[in-house]
Amino acid sequence: MTKTVTDVICPFCGTLCDDLEVVVSADNKELLEVYNACAIGAEKFLHSQAKDRITRPRMRQEDGSWKEISYDEAIEYTAKILTDARKPLMYGWSSTNCEAQAVGSEIGELVGAVMDNTATVCHGTSLIAVQDIGIPSCTLGEVKNRADRILFWGCNPAHAHPRHMSRYSIFPRGFFTGKGHKGRKVIVIDPRPTDTASVADVHLQIEQGRDYELLNAFRVAFKDEQLPDVVAGIPKEKIYEAAELLKSGRFVIIFFGMGVTQSLGKNHNIDEAIAVTRDLNEYTKAAIMPMRGHYNVTGSGQVWGWLFGFPYAVDLSRGFARYNPGETTSNDLLRRDEVDAVFVLGSDPGAHFPFSSVKKIYNLPSVAIDPHETPTTEVCKVHVPVAFVGVEVGGCAYRMDNVPIETRKVVEPPEGMMTDEEFLRHVLARVKEIQGV
Amino acid sequence: METVTLTIKNQPDLFLEADTITPDAFAGKKIEEIADLHVYVGREQHRLGDFFEISGKAGATPEETKIVVNGDLSRVKYIGMKMTAGEVVVNGNADMYVGAWMQGGKITVNGDVDAFAGTGMKGGELIIKGNAGNYLGAAYRGDWRGMQAGTITVTGNAGSDIGTFMNGGEIVIGGDVDVHVATHAEGGRIIIKGNAKSRLGGQMVEGEIYVLGSIDLMMPGFAYREDVDVDVDGIKGRFALYEGDLGERHRKRKGQTIYAKLYQRIEA
Repeated sequence: MTKTVTDVICPFCGTLCDDLEVVVSADNKELLEVYNACAIGAEKFLHSQAKDRITRPRMRQEDGSWKEISYDEAIEYTAKILTDARKPLMYGWSSTNCEAQAVGSEIGELVGAVMDNTATVCHGTSLIAVQDIGIPSCTLGEVKNRADRILFWGCNPAHAHPRHMSRYSIFPRGFFTGKGHKGRKVIVIDPRPTDTASVADVHLQIEQGRDYELLNAFRVAFKDEQLPDVVAGIPKEKIYEAAELLKSGRFVIIFFGMGVTQSLGKNHNIDEAIAVTRDLNEYTKAAIMPMRGHYNVTGSGQVWGWLFGFPYAVDLSRGFARYNPGETTSNDLLRRDEVDAVFVLGSDPGAHFPFSSVKKIYNLPSVAIDPHETPTTEVCKVHVPVAFVGVEVGGCAYRMDNVPIETRKVVEPPEGMMTDEEFLRHVLARVKEIQGV
Repeated sequence: METVTLTIKNQPDLFLEADTITPDAFAGKKIEEIADLHVYVGREQHRLGDFFEISGKAGATPEETKIVVNGDLSRVKYIGMKMTAGEVVVNGNADMYVGAWMQGGKITVNGDVDAFAGTGMKGGELIIKGNAGNYLGAAYRGDWRGMQAGTITVTGNAGSDIGTFMNGGEIVIGGDVDVHVATHAEGGRIIIKGNAKSRLGGQMVEGEIYVLGSIDLMMPGFAYREDVDVDVDGIKGRFALYEGDLGERHRKRKGQTIYAKLYQRIEA
């Protein structure tokens, strides 16, 4: 006998789909099938059933091989490197629940760590811009029900957020958007002809690294001021036309991704994009939203926001929170040799950081807490496998529009495996013991 | 004026946060008391004397105190932070935040400085006889009040994001600059004697930028107005005047919109 669990939350990307159906065995020990999810989401669920899954912590030996260790030994190692270090880096936090993030923050405060999440190589620059000039945003529900002008700037949801377009942005029929995609105009701004661009009404194939200039040109066009003949490889007529298309909408939503947050200008691009949104509100209703990647990177920003006042790159080494991307961001810290231990949870810097940073992790005392074997676990001294959040344990996650959604447990983890939160609670207790507090 | 000389004897294995190296902290103190001032390596607190040989004598007030710092200071942050008076001379390269939030006095660096020098500066003089990093004279993260007053002079090149949210004062760069100059500025003056790349004056409301060399790409929001003769601060010649950022908000004076001004030299 099997049973079907409905309304399951997908712990993969920031879209946090909440309509999955999962078939599990009667004893809740095996996950058999996943419905409604995209290919990546389904794979995330099914991967928890892998036969070769690592279920016990391991420590790297001198000869490079792994030796299985107990959770107690892993807790001892983690607590020791964090308390021995004078400035440890505690990075990741995006693929876990808010409960684990909160416990991790308590550890970080005790050991004087720098707390950083994956926003540091992703939407951290958006957060800088938001702090500088604010953000007029909305929820994905409002997008579905109201938006009739959809602008994707430097992002490709067709591949990165596969169900975003069908659930929220292009195709769904909402309360005021009964015609679905027929009632919407879609603009894509991307240097490449992406699959998202192929469904757009207008694709402006911008010259690479000239987003700031084109955004600026939009603002000039809104005000009917004169533009140079060509901006960022786009003739001015097309810019005036696109500006008019945006102004004529009833509700404009701008989605943006890595193409603008991590190319030349970084936070300035987002700063100008938010200014474009603000300007559009002179003519119609407009909102802007970052396409957050990891399913709970938004949540780690929320947790640190309420605990420390800053959403990422929080330096707690002096006992109070300091924040200055460029100094307190992971890659700057690693490459400048500013930290002396590395703790990674729920993220894969081994795959996403520059090689020069990954080398530094390799040379430092380091621990990776992750259900999977990843490039990061390959360069760390200790790997602690844990239960999959959103599959084997529930907990709170924040969608890309800052809506909190409680994820669900659908299947039991392999016997004897700890969750992120349990492991961190043990580390916290041990850190307190070592410090005598 | 009395002089205290610091010579670095132990390099920190991480970075040293030495925001106590200011005339304000040193004034009126004996050498032993100066050696006992706090510095930090990560979460550990140390004495200034653990890292520096200290000699000389401090003045009774910050105005009468001069500090000379010798050696490789490329792992020392916050030299001259928040100083209000007196003088600091750095003989060597220094790390981040030299003269950050300084309000008065004078800092001379005979070497290069890393990022965030002169952040949120309110007054005084910062002279860098080498290259400067990014965010020179910019606002601190999230602050909409950048450099308010004072002068920053760099002999060499500077990085990106100089003078972000600048409100007043002057920055003079002898060499070239990277992208994003005077973003969001609402006043002040930036003089670039070398070449600039792109994104000068993006989202700029008011203030002046002078470029004596080339500009790779002008912002679309800056429009050419006319050629003018310029004679400012020893900068003389025929300049093309651009006004912008046309996309940004601007106030009006006597019915006329006030734009930020960008001057590019045509001939000396």
